[in-house]
Amino acid sequence: MPLDINIQIEEGEFITIEGQSGAGKTTILRMIAGLLKPEKGKIEVGNNTWVDTESNCFLPSQKRGVGFVFQEYSLFPNMTIMKNLEYALDSKKDIRQVEEVINIMELEALKERFPQMLSGGQKQRVALARAIVRKPKILLLDEPLSALDTRMRIKLQDYILKVHRKLKLTTILVSHDIPEIFKMSDRVIRLDKGKITNTGNATDVFQKNYISGKFRFAGEVLKIEKDDVLSIVNVLIGNNIIKVIASENEVESLSVGDKVMIVSKAFNPLILKINN
Amino acid sequence: MIDLRPLVLSLELAFITALLLFIIGIPLAYWLSGSDFKLKPVISAIVSMPLVLPPTVLGFYLLVAFSPLHFPGNLINELFNIRLVFSFEGLIIASVIYSLPFMVNPIQSGLESLPPTLKEASYTLGKSKFQTLIKILLPNIKPSLLTGIVLSFAHTIGEFGVVLMIGGNIPGKTRVASLAIYDEVESLNYHNANIYALILFAITFTILLIVYILNGRYLKLTKI
Repeated sequence: MPLDINIQIEEGEFITIEGQSGAGKTTILRMIAGLLKPEKGKIEVGNNTWVDTESNCFLPSQKRGVGFVFQEYSLFPNMTIMKNLEYALDSKKDIRQVEEVINIMELEALKERFPQMLSGGQKQRVALARAIVRKPKILLLDEPLSALDTRMRIKLQDYILKVHRKLKLTTILVSHDIPEIFKMSDRVIRLDKGKITNTGNATDVFQKNYISGKFRFAGEVLKIEKDDVLSIVNVLIGNNIIKVIASENEVESLSVGDKVMIVSKAFNPLILKINN
Repeated sequence: MIDLRPLVLSLELAFITALLLFIIGIPLAYWLSGSDFKLKPVISAIVSMPLVLPPTVLGFYLLVAFSPLHFPGNLINELFNIRLVFSFEGLIIASVIYSLPFMVNPIQSGLESLPPTLKEASYTLGKSKFQTLIKILLPNIKPSLLTGIVLSFAHTIGEFGVVLMIGGNIPGKTRVASLAIYDEVESLNYHNANIYALILFAITFTILLIVYILNGRYLKLTKI
């Protein structure tokens, strides 16, 4: 699948790249970070050219000064948290930068521990901290929160926003999570099979599919129970089984295992807060 | 009383061989683990050949190559005034070649088992490939390094065919313990042969035991 894109990102912007897995989201981040060479293309940052395949120009990862947070944390297991952060420094003299980051990310209590002793959320906090020690201009986040539970996610999102604003970073986030995208992004880029299909702010991008006067849920037919005139179709949506009444001719075209869409008008839905 | 020189020679040879292999093995394993060079399978095959090749085959070719009558033996003889056949130096070179896979293979598979994002994280933090290797990759494959050192050490102690061909069984010079056993048996000194054999048995068993204990402990520590 060829990845064919052309984007321009403003300084200080918070961009989210959204799309199915395999759409090329991670590939874009890896190319910006210099971990992957595009077959053909150009990456320019400010007045500098990082990649230009025509003139055979390729700035190595080490010289790009980007912060990268990997999905799987990638902390160095042989070092304490403090050493992980110090490793990012160019010179031991800049130790103030590490202290500053420890303050922002509230890592004081974890300093002397090894990564293996940390929870997923803590590890990701350290990974984020390590990525910003060098004060990068660009922060790349490759689905950093996807392995965390909702509460931890929300907390980490706040940390990311705090860092983004405080250090005035240009941030590019890869995410699937729609509430997350709404909360974080200035601009969303939707990617499908290697092409940008839509871009704009979160409301614009998701309006068509997600915001309407209806509920729409995709599900799968589990069972069709025939009654006299009516049938009851059991549909699996997420983890819930929903029973839907259907008329005879509606049922005719359905069989078990079909993918279906359950639609309902949302005139008067009830909103109940879920207590964490 | 038995002659201790063969045992000392064996240990000396194994120690120097393991040391040299450690220095050679790391860059070679690193290169093999990361390269997509077209001839890589050829290099891998050459490195692993001593695993399956009869030691006498290797010994024979080394004997021919090291001989002062042929290249490169004549060149080495002229340039450095070192004769590699029937000498301890020759034994070292032969052992390094013969034990190469025992050092390279564990280190290579250790490096390959590390998640690639570990080194990528280091690169994005501005660290060179060399710094990444020394500070991140090698410290995280300590069990593989230890396995490589110990296997090549133990394997060198156990060498027979190659050292016989290239070293020629000269007492005090190239007669290592494994050859001494053979000699004693040939002259029907079963008692002496038994002592040599028992000592070799004990040494290799102890070394391997220590490796398994240390590696077991290390793995337990990192799994928490």
